[in-house]
Amino acid sequence: MANWVPLWLHRLGSPPIFYRFAGAVYPWALGLAILLGGIALYGGLFVAPADYQQGDAYRIIFIHVPSAWMSLFIYGVMTLAAFIGLVWRIKLAETVAMESAPIGAAFTAITLATGSLWGKPMWGTWWTWDARLTSELVLLFIYLGIIGLYHSFEDRRQGARAAAFLVLVGAVNVPIVHFSVNWWNTLHQGATIRLLGPSHIDASMLWPLLTMMGATKLYYIASLFSRVRADLIASEGGKAWVRELALGGPAPKGGKA
Amino acid sequence: MSAFFAMGGYGPYIWTAFAVFFIVLLIDTLAPLARRRRNLRDIRARIARQENRRRPGTPASNESNA
Repeated sequence: MANWVPLWLHRLGSPPIFYRFAGAVYPWALGLAILLGGIALYGGLFVAPADYQQGDAYRIIFIHVPSAWMSLFIYGVMTLAAFIGLVWRIKLAETVAMESAPIGAAFTAITLATGSLWGKPMWGTWWTWDARLTSELVLLFIYLGIIGLYHSFEDRRQGARAAAFLVLVGAVNVPIVHFSVNWWNTLHQGATIRLLGPSHIDASMLWPLLTMMGATKLYYIASLFSRVRADLIASEGGKAWVRELALGGPAPKGGKA
Repeated sequence: MSAFFAMGGYGPYIWTAFAVFFIVLLIDTLAPLARRRRNLRDIRARIARQENRRRPGTPASNESNA
């Protein structure tokens, strides 16, 4: 295999190169996310028919389910980055893990809020201590705990290492959230989209859902890159490339990336 | 059109849910952009302070880089 892939990844681990790379990707990721999100909302709100059981209330699915997927997906990425950061002590991996936490917390909060707004008309209650709801709430508290622990240290890297351990410990909750609807048969419905076997959803409702899933993934890339850029400015503040950047000098050098 | 906004009587729930989604993500988009600008401004201020402290004839190595 060509050796440019590991070489490229190695170079991308350098903060000035990543800063430039993230800055180049950011507008494309955000623009595509908004475009796909708009298409998905058009499909979900105008094209897809009302549900035979839930009427129009089911349309909350088009933001609730993609947000719930992101709350778990971001935790997965954060766990991987935290592990890499702890084992190989790569500063950029620690930054990616720590800057993922607020985005994951945002999507978890959206999931809980939209789920509540869906539960009131359908179940007759804003909240119930159902297994899925409770484990998702625990996920939010884990995200907030990671953010809090990271910021409670004077030294950023020390805080990142401590919080990275919490990320790894908290990862046990992710499969609990995912399988909770199978393990405990309670109020929350089971999975609608299945990788194996047919999904329990009509194609006219499936495509906006999958499009919104793509949009939220792209949004995560945009938000993460924006956050990592902001973080690198502070953590690399003493370095020459940041000083040049602050004084409006040329963009950080280091090859094309 | 009003039938569309009514959403079969579920309008308030649906539109509140979508508003939550967009407001949270809008804040999440704007916050890091503001933080990056603030961090750059802090660094410019720090560089200016170091320049002010520097006396003629004093080597730059006397100063902390932090």
